Amino acid sequence: MNLRRLAAVWHARNLEFLRDRSTLIFNFLFPLALVVAFALIFGGQPRPVFKVDVVAPTGSALDPALHPFLDTRYVDFVQVEPGALEAAIRKVERHQVDLLLDLRAAPRYWINEDSPKGYLVEKLLLESAAGRARRQPVTGAAVGYVDWLLPGILGMNMMFSCLFGVGYVVVRYRKSGFLRRLSATPVTALEFGAAQILSRLLLTVGVTSMLYAALAFFVPFRNEGSVLLLLLVAVAGALAMIAFGFMMAARFASEELASGAINLASWPMMLLSGVWFSLEGAPSWLQAAARALPLTQMLEAARAVMLDGAGLRDVLPNLGWLATMALAFLGIAAAGFRWRVD
Amino acid sequence: MTPVLEVRDLVKQYPGVRAVDGVSFSIGAGSCFGLLGPNGAGKTTTVEMMEGVTPPTSGEVLYLGEPLGARFREEAGIQFQKTALQDFLTVRETLALFSRLYPRRRDVGDLIRTCALDQVADRDNRKLSGGQMQRLLLAIALANDPRVLFLDEPTTGLDPQARHNFWELIRSIKAEGRTILLTTHYMEEAYFLCDVIAIMDRGRIIAEGPPSRLLKEHFDDVVLELPREDLPPDLSAIPLPALAANDRVEISTGDVEDALRVLLDHGVPLRHLRIRPRNLEDLFLELTGRELRT
Repeated sequence: MNLRRLAAVWHARNLEFLRDRSTLIFNFLFPLALVVAFALIFGGQPRPVFKVDVVAPTGSALDPALHPFLDTRYVDFVQVEPGALEAAIRKVERHQVDLLLDLRAAPRYWINEDSPKGYLVEKLLLESAAGRARRQPVTGAAVGYVDWLLPGILGMNMMFSCLFGVGYVVVRYRKSGFLRRLSATPVTALEFGAAQILSRLLLTVGVTSMLYAALAFFVPFRNEGSVLLLLLVAVAGALAMIAFGFMMAARFASEELASGAINLASWPMMLLSGVWFSLEGAPSWLQAAARALPLTQMLEAARAVMLDGAGLRDVLPNLGWLATMALAFLGIAAAGFRWRVD
Repeated sequence: MTPVLEVRDLVKQYPGVRAVDGVSFSIGAGSCFGLLGPNGAGKTTTVEMMEGVTPPTSGEVLYLGEPLGARFREEAGIQFQKTALQDFLTVRETLALFSRLYPRRRDVGDLIRTCALDQVADRDNRKLSGGQMQRLLLAIALANDPRVLFLDEPTTGLDPQARHNFWELIRSIKAEGRTILLTTHYMEEAYFLCDVIAIMDRGRIIAEGPPSRLLKEHFDDVVLELPREDLPPDLSAIPLPALAANDRVEISTGDVEDALRVLLDHGVPLRHLRIRPRNLEDLFLELTGRELRT
């Protein structure tokens, strides 16, 4: 491995990438759309969990003085006119409203026996009305879906950037004949591959870091662990996934074929690596298969750091597995690398 | 003395086509060797096997007596017939990329001056004219200060002036003592640049030697050219070997005085007469008979 040759190819690839405006913009635009979507869905005030229609005595507003239940947070109380009682009951029947409360005389309420949310909100109502149980306040925020999902979304974005970013470029170079020209120089497949991988690594980790910072600003999420360790996890994960993309592109000479193959490889990761949901409860063989995927390893380590505050020692097995995969993929790619289209 | 490059019994078989069919020759240090032939003769395939870019079906290529290896890749400069370069790089950056791939390299500024690229040094390499692109590809081939230079049809597609400028450039590079392998289908180019030529047709070499010697061996005559309308409609009326080519008639003769006398006797006007020596174009036709057959 000659580092000067590696650096020359790396530098040229970086220049090409930075000057290719349309690709560059797309590489930033997609993550930006993610931030906006996340901010809209999970940002701002916490949303109410329950919806309760209330019929108040004539002339009164929905005031906690009327009934202590009205002081409950995260419940969306909507005042209904007495005349609309029948319509409100129908909404309860259809699960459109979790509970209907009539405060005009002795409080009455309607709930749907089959509604889980109705069941829960009923408990809240009874607890507030009885006032028997004393409240025991505790501190500590629950792990919300956003905290769990965020590493998955960032990881998925990295996966696409890693697989397609390096795969497409190498196939294009092969198709255009640029690789054939390089094959007449002393550059080895290993040097060329390492240069492509390092160039894409810089980009992917850079974009992901910016995305992380932007999300932290707009959508408060939990990170219990060290940001530096998280960066290390991202680097290891990206290396393994880029090397995987490079391996996929080691022989193809058509973008269509490479695109199909990379898509085929990315879908199992989308579904099985725990981007959207946890695989706990899935058959053990499926879990074992999923754990062989680089994205699974990276997300497992990232969630351990962010949600449980795991340290280097805790995620070392993941990092080791990712590094092994990166080296294996690069080795296989370099051994079978095709410089030209015959 | 060991030749710089030696090719022994080289064969390239593609499905259904034997592109190169047992080619052997050697190139001495400091000489310019021309591989000539029409399109599809097997020149490019032969050269690519010599460059180590295409594996031969059989036969061998030796560089300084050794099979092609790391030393060859470091010391050879190659100008492919068609090469895509990396997009979004300037001429200067492209040269910097290639020169940094070699242990021994020429200064990028020096390459730019040598190949007359000063005007376009900071231009995106996709925005070059045909002649500028060929000069950039030549500069890339020179980036490692090569001992042996491969030029595969370097002037194809250039206008006559750009072609002549390119020839002058190659001559100055040759004067530095480098060994050059040139392929071309321009016979004039080969005559102007090459010390030794080999003519290829249908995958085989059909003649090899210094151009002037080959011409002397195959021809002892000159060509008289006359407009077709100055001669009688029936060319056999004149007892000379005449060949009609487009709007001209070519008469080959070893005795110019005698031929002119015959023409005058038949009342042929000599106002538009041109006399030219035999050239490599004639030699190619003579050897392959291709145009005569059509």
